[in-house]
Amino acid sequence: MSETSSSLTLPDPAPQKTSFSGTLYRGNEGMWSWVLHRITGVAIYFFLLVHVLDTALIRVSPEAYNAVMATYKNPIMGLGETVLVGAVVLHALNGLRVIMVDVWPWATRNQRPLFWIVMGLVVVLMAYFVPNHLINVFSPMEGGH
Amino acid sequence: MTATIENPNYAYPARSKRGPSFEKAGWIFMRASGVVLVVLIFGHLAYNLIWTPGGIHAIDFGFVGGKLADPFWQWWDVTMLWLAILHGSNGMRTIVNDYVHKPRIRQIALGAIAVAAVILILLGTLITFTFDPCPPTADPSLLPSFCADL
Repeated sequence: MSETSSSLTLPDPAPQKTSFSGTLYRGNEGMWSWVLHRITGVAIYFFLLVHVLDTALIRVSPEAYNAVMATYKNPIMGLGETVLVGAVVLHALNGLRVIMVDVWPWATRNQRPLFWIVMGLVVVLMAYFVPNHLINVFSPMEGGH
Repeated sequence: MTATIENPNYAYPARSKRGPSFEKAGWIFMRASGVVLVVLIFGHLAYNLIWTPGGIHAIDFGFVGGKLADPFWQWWDVTMLWLAILHGSNGMRTIVNDYVHKPRIRQIALGAIAVAAVILILLGTLITFTFDPCPPTADPSLLPSFCADL
Protein backbone atom coordinates (compact mmCIF):
# COMPACT_ATOMS: atom_id res chain seq x y z
CA MET A 1 0.00 0.00 0.00
CA SER A 2 2.67 2.45 1.03
CA GLU A 3 4.60 2.22 -2.22
CA THR A 4 1.56 3.21 -4.25
CA SER A 5 0.48 6.11 -2.08
CA SER A 6 0.82 9.58 -3.48
CA SER A 7 4.20 11.24 -3.22
CA LEU A 8 2.72 14.66 -3.95
CA THR A 9 3.60 17.15 -1.27
CA LEU A 10 1.36 19.96 -2.52
CA PRO A 11 -2.30 19.89 -1.48
CA ASP A 12 -4.82 19.58 -4.30
CA PRO A 13 -5.88 23.05 -5.39
CA ALA A 14 -9.38 23.84 -4.21
CA PRO A 15 -11.76 24.47 -7.12
CA GLN A 16 -12.49 28.16 -7.20
CA LYS A 17 -15.98 29.54 -7.48
CA THR A 18 -16.05 31.66 -10.61
CA SER A 19 -18.68 33.45 -12.61
CA PHE A 20 -18.73 30.34 -14.85
CA SER A 21 -20.14 28.19 -12.04
CA GLY A 22 -23.60 26.89 -12.81
CA THR A 23 -23.13 26.84 -16.54
CA LEU A 24 -23.17 23.62 -18.57
CA TYR A 25 -19.40 23.17 -18.35
CA ARG A 26 -18.45 23.27 -14.70
CA GLY A 27 -14.75 23.77 -15.28
CA ASN A 28 -12.66 26.79 -14.52
CA GLU A 29 -10.20 28.65 -16.74
CA GLY A 30 -8.30 25.52 -17.78
CA MET A 31 -11.41 23.88 -19.18
CA TRP A 32 -12.54 27.02 -20.98
CA SER A 33 -9.08 27.30 -22.48
CA TRP A 34 -9.44 23.72 -23.78
CA VAL A 35 -12.98 24.24 -25.10
CA LEU A 36 -12.11 27.51 -26.87
CA HIS A 37 -8.97 25.93 -28.35
CA ARG A 38 -11.03 23.10 -29.90
CA ILE A 39 -13.82 25.32 -31.21
CA THR A 40 -11.46 27.90 -32.74
CA GLY A 41 -9.24 25.14 -34.13
CA VAL A 42 -12.10 23.40 -35.95
CA ALA A 43 -13.40 26.72 -37.32
CA ILE A 44 -9.96 27.71 -38.60
CA TYR A 45 -9.46 24.24 -40.15
CA PHE A 46 -12.61 24.49 -42.27
CA PHE A 47 -11.76 28.04 -43.35
CA LEU A 48 -8.27 26.81 -44.29
CA LEU A 49 -9.74 24.17 -46.62
CA VAL A 50 -11.81 26.84 -48.40
CA HIS A 51 -8.97 29.37 -48.43
CA VAL A 52 -6.51 27.05 -50.19
CA LEU A 53 -9.16 26.29 -52.83
CA ASP A 54 -10.09 29.94 -53.44
CA THR A 55 -6.40 30.90 -53.74
CA ALA A 56 -5.95 27.99 -56.19
CA LEU A 57 -8.13 29.97 -58.63
CA ILE A 58 -5.11 32.19 -59.42
CA ARG A 59 -4.04 29.24 -61.60
CA VAL A 60 -7.36 29.31 -63.50
CA SER A 61 -7.66 32.95 -64.60
CA PRO A 62 -7.49 36.49 -63.15
CA GLU A 63 -11.26 36.80 -63.70
CA ALA A 64 -12.01 33.60 -61.75
CA TYR A 65 -9.83 34.68 -58.82
CA ASN A 66 -11.24 38.21 -58.74
CA ALA A 67 -14.80 36.86 -58.86
CA VAL A 68 -14.31 34.68 -55.76
CA MET A 69 -12.40 37.42 -53.94
CA ALA A 70 -15.33 39.78 -54.55
CA THR A 71 -17.39 37.60 -52.20
CA TYR A 72 -14.84 38.26 -49.42
CA LYS A 73 -15.39 42.02 -49.86
CA ASN A 74 -19.10 41.81 -48.97
CA PRO A 75 -19.67 43.55 -45.57
CA ILE A 76 -21.26 40.42 -44.07
CA MET A 77 -18.16 38.43 -45.04
CA GLY A 78 -16.10 41.29 -43.62
CA LEU A 79 -17.71 40.74 -40.22
CA GLY A 80 -17.06 37.00 -40.58
CA GLU A 81 -13.39 37.75 -41.33
CA THR A 82 -13.27 39.78 -38.10
CA VAL A 83 -14.58 36.80 -36.11
CA LEU A 84 -12.15 34.48 -37.94
CA VAL A 85 -9.15 36.68 -37.12
CA GLY A 86 -10.35 36.76 -33.51
CA ALA A 87 -10.41 32.94 -33.52
CA VAL A 88 -6.89 32.82 -35.01
CA VAL A 89 -5.52 35.28 -32.44
CA LEU A 90 -7.15 33.38 -29.55
CA HIS A 91 -5.93 29.98 -30.82
CA ALA A 92 -2.42 31.36 -31.38
CA LEU A 93 -1.99 33.01 -27.98
CA ASN A 94 -3.71 30.18 -26.09
CA GLY A 95 -1.45 27.72 -27.93
CA LEU A 96 1.60 29.62 -26.70
CA ARG A 97 0.07 29.46 -23.20
CA VAL A 98 -0.33 25.66 -23.55
CA ILE A 99 3.35 25.34 -24.53
CA MET A 100 4.41 27.46 -21.54
CA VAL A 101 2.23 25.41 -19.17
CA ASP A 102 3.81 22.21 -20.57
CA VAL A 103 7.46 23.19 -20.28
CA TRP A 104 7.73 25.83 -17.57
CA PRO A 105 6.78 24.90 -13.99
CA TRP A 106 6.03 28.51 -13.07
CA ALA A 107 3.52 28.69 -15.91
CA THR A 108 1.97 25.37 -14.84
CA ARG A 109 1.32 26.81 -11.38
CA ASN A 110 0.02 30.06 -12.86
CA GLN A 111 -2.03 28.66 -15.75
CA ARG A 112 -5.12 30.40 -14.41
CA PRO A 113 -3.83 34.01 -14.45
CA LEU A 114 -2.10 33.17 -17.75
CA PHE A 115 -5.53 32.42 -19.26
CA TRP A 116 -6.66 35.94 -18.38
CA ILE A 117 -3.40 37.41 -19.71
CA VAL A 118 -4.13 35.59 -22.99
CA MET A 119 -7.65 37.03 -23.01
CA GLY A 120 -6.28 40.51 -22.35
CA LEU A 121 -3.75 40.20 -25.20
CA VAL A 122 -6.54 39.02 -27.54
CA VAL A 123 -8.51 42.16 -26.66
CA VAL A 124 -5.45 44.38 -27.25
CA LEU A 125 -4.59 42.81 -30.62
CA MET A 126 -8.22 42.91 -31.77
CA ALA A 127 -8.45 46.56 -30.68
CA TYR A 128 -5.70 47.14 -33.27
CA PHE A 129 -7.13 44.86 -35.97
CA VAL A 130 -10.89 45.48 -35.83
CA PRO A 131 -10.97 49.26 -36.55
CA ASN A 132 -8.38 48.90 -39.33
CA HIS A 133 -10.24 46.03 -40.98
CA LEU A 134 -13.76 47.44 -40.60
CA ILE A 135 -12.70 50.80 -42.09
CA ASN A 136 -11.52 48.83 -45.15
CA VAL A 137 -14.65 46.64 -45.20
CA PHE A 138 -17.08 49.57 -45.05
CA SER A 139 -15.14 51.97 -47.29
CA PRO A 140 -16.67 52.42 -50.72
CA MET A 141 -15.12 50.05 -53.28
CA GLU A 142 -12.68 51.83 -55.55
CA GLY A 143 -13.96 51.94 -59.12
CA GLY A 144 -12.21 51.07 -62.33
CA HIS A 145 -11.71 47.33 -61.88
CA MET B 1 -4.67 -16.12 2.39
CA THR B 2 -2.87 -13.48 0.38
CA ALA B 3 -3.11 -12.76 -3.28
CA THR B 4 -0.55 -10.82 -5.19
CA ILE B 5 -2.01 -8.36 -7.61
CA GLU B 6 -0.01 -6.31 -10.00
CA ASN B 7 0.37 -2.66 -9.17
CA PRO B 8 -2.88 -1.14 -10.47
CA ASN B 9 -1.09 2.11 -11.24
CA TYR B 10 0.75 0.36 -14.05
CA ALA B 11 -2.20 -1.18 -15.89
CA TYR B 12 -1.72 1.42 -18.65
CA PRO B 13 1.92 2.49 -18.64
CA ALA B 14 2.62 5.77 -20.40
CA ARG B 15 5.09 4.06 -22.73
CA SER B 16 4.48 0.42 -23.49
CA LYS B 17 7.39 0.05 -25.89
CA ARG B 18 10.71 1.60 -26.69
CA GLY B 19 11.48 3.23 -29.95
CA PRO B 20 9.96 6.03 -31.99
CA SER B 21 6.46 7.08 -30.98
CA PHE B 22 4.11 8.60 -33.56
CA GLU B 23 1.99 10.21 -30.88
CA LYS B 24 5.00 11.81 -29.21
CA ALA B 25 6.23 13.09 -32.57
CA GLY B 26 2.78 14.53 -33.20
CA TRP B 27 2.77 16.21 -29.78
CA ILE B 28 6.12 17.84 -30.49
CA PHE B 29 5.08 18.78 -34.04
CA MET B 30 1.96 20.59 -32.81
CA ARG B 31 4.07 22.78 -30.54
CA ALA B 32 6.93 23.43 -32.98
CA SER B 33 4.63 24.14 -35.94
CA GLY B 34 2.34 26.22 -33.73
CA VAL B 35 5.13 28.63 -32.79
CA VAL B 36 6.18 29.03 -36.45
CA LEU B 37 2.56 29.42 -37.58
CA VAL B 38 1.97 32.26 -35.11
CA VAL B 39 4.74 34.22 -36.87
CA LEU B 40 3.71 33.24 -40.43
CA ILE B 41 -0.04 33.80 -40.00
CA PHE B 42 0.22 37.02 -37.98
CA GLY B 43 2.55 38.30 -40.73
CA HIS B 44 0.14 37.09 -43.44
CA LEU B 45 -2.83 38.84 -41.80
CA ALA B 46 -0.99 42.06 -40.95
CA TYR B 47 0.57 42.42 -44.43
CA ASN B 48 -2.55 41.56 -46.45
CA LEU B 49 -5.31 43.09 -44.33
CA ILE B 50 -3.72 45.99 -42.41
CA TRP B 51 -0.43 47.20 -43.88
CA THR B 52 -1.56 47.08 -47.53
CA PRO B 53 -3.65 50.21 -48.20
CA GLY B 54 -7.25 49.15 -48.83
CA GLY B 55 -6.80 45.84 -46.98
CA ILE B 56 -9.37 43.27 -48.07
CA HIS B 57 -10.55 45.54 -50.93
CA ALA B 58 -7.03 45.59 -52.40
CA ILE B 59 -6.79 41.79 -52.67
CA ASP B 60 -7.18 40.75 -56.31
CA PHE B 61 -5.18 38.85 -58.94
CA GLY B 62 -2.81 41.79 -59.40
CA PHE B 63 -2.00 41.89 -55.66
CA VAL B 64 -1.61 38.14 -55.13
CA GLY B 65 0.14 37.63 -58.48
CA GLY B 66 2.60 40.37 -57.58
CA LYS B 67 3.26 38.79 -54.18
CA LEU B 68 3.69 35.25 -55.51
CA ALA B 69 6.12 36.43 -58.21
CA ASP B 70 8.55 37.02 -55.30
CA PRO B 71 10.36 33.91 -54.00
CA PHE B 72 10.21 35.35 -50.47
CA TRP B 73 6.41 35.23 -50.47
CA GLN B 74 6.34 31.91 -52.37
CA TRP B 75 8.34 30.26 -49.59
CA TRP B 76 6.42 32.11 -46.86
CA ASP B 77 3.10 30.89 -48.28
CA VAL B 78 4.24 27.33 -49.02
CA THR B 79 5.70 26.92 -45.52
CA MET B 80 2.48 28.30 -44.08
CA LEU B 81 0.44 25.92 -46.28
CA TRP B 82 2.32 22.77 -45.23
CA LEU B 83 2.49 23.61 -41.53
CA ALA B 84 -1.12 24.84 -41.31
CA ILE B 85 -2.59 21.83 -43.14
CA LEU B 86 -0.54 19.33 -41.13
CA HIS B 87 -1.23 21.15 -37.82
CA GLY B 88 -4.95 21.44 -38.59
CA SER B 89 -5.26 17.87 -39.83
CA ASN B 90 -3.51 16.47 -36.78
CA GLY B 91 -5.80 18.54 -34.56
CA MET B 92 -8.85 17.18 -36.39
CA ARG B 93 -7.42 13.65 -36.02
CA THR B 94 -7.24 14.18 -32.25
CA ILE B 95 -10.84 15.41 -32.13
CA VAL B 96 -12.12 12.49 -34.26
CA ASN B 97 -10.28 10.03 -32.02
CA ASP B 98 -11.89 11.69 -28.98
CA TYR B 99 -15.48 11.72 -30.18
CA VAL B 100 -15.99 9.12 -32.94
CA HIS B 101 -16.20 5.72 -31.27
CA LYS B 102 -17.49 3.48 -34.07
CA PRO B 103 -14.36 2.09 -35.74
CA ARG B 104 -15.76 2.14 -39.28
CA ILE B 105 -16.94 5.76 -39.10
CA ARG B 106 -13.72 6.80 -37.40
CA GLN B 107 -11.69 5.23 -40.21
CA ILE B 108 -13.74 7.05 -42.82
CA ALA B 109 -13.36 10.38 -41.00
CA LEU B 110 -9.61 9.94 -40.52
CA GLY B 111 -9.26 8.88 -44.15
CA ALA B 112 -11.16 11.97 -45.34
CA ILE B 113 -8.91 14.23 -43.24
CA ALA B 114 -5.79 12.57 -44.68
CA VAL B 115 -7.04 12.73 -48.28
CA ALA B 116 -8.00 16.42 -47.91
CA ALA B 117 -4.56 17.18 -46.44
CA VAL B 118 -2.65 15.47 -49.26
CA ILE B 119 -4.76 17.04 -52.02
CA LEU B 120 -4.56 20.58 -50.61
CA ILE B 121 -0.81 20.40 -49.90
CA LEU B 122 -0.07 19.11 -53.42
CA LEU B 123 -2.48 21.56 -55.08
CA GLY B 124 -1.22 24.58 -53.16
CA THR B 125 2.46 23.73 -53.63
CA LEU B 126 2.11 23.08 -57.36
CA ILE B 127 0.16 26.30 -57.91
CA THR B 128 2.56 28.45 -55.91
CA PHE B 129 5.56 27.34 -57.98
CA THR B 130 3.96 26.93 -61.43
CA PHE B 131 1.56 29.83 -61.82
CA ASP B 132 2.23 32.68 -64.27
CA PRO B 133 1.57 36.18 -62.82
CA CYS B 134 1.32 37.55 -66.39
CA PRO B 135 -0.83 35.11 -68.42
CA PRO B 136 -0.43 36.23 -72.07
CA THR B 137 -4.14 36.08 -73.00
CA ALA B 138 -5.45 37.88 -69.89
CA ASP B 139 -6.89 41.41 -69.69
CA PRO B 140 -3.77 43.55 -68.92
CA SER B 141 -5.74 45.75 -66.47
CA LEU B 142 -6.16 42.75 -64.14
CA LEU B 143 -2.45 41.90 -63.97
CA PRO B 144 0.37 43.04 -61.67
CA SER B 145 1.87 46.33 -62.85
CA PHE B 146 5.26 44.77 -63.74
CA CYS B 147 3.60 42.65 -66.48
CA ALA B 148 3.46 45.78 -68.68
CA ASP B 149 7.28 45.84 -68.78
CA LEU B 150 7.64 42.30 -70.12
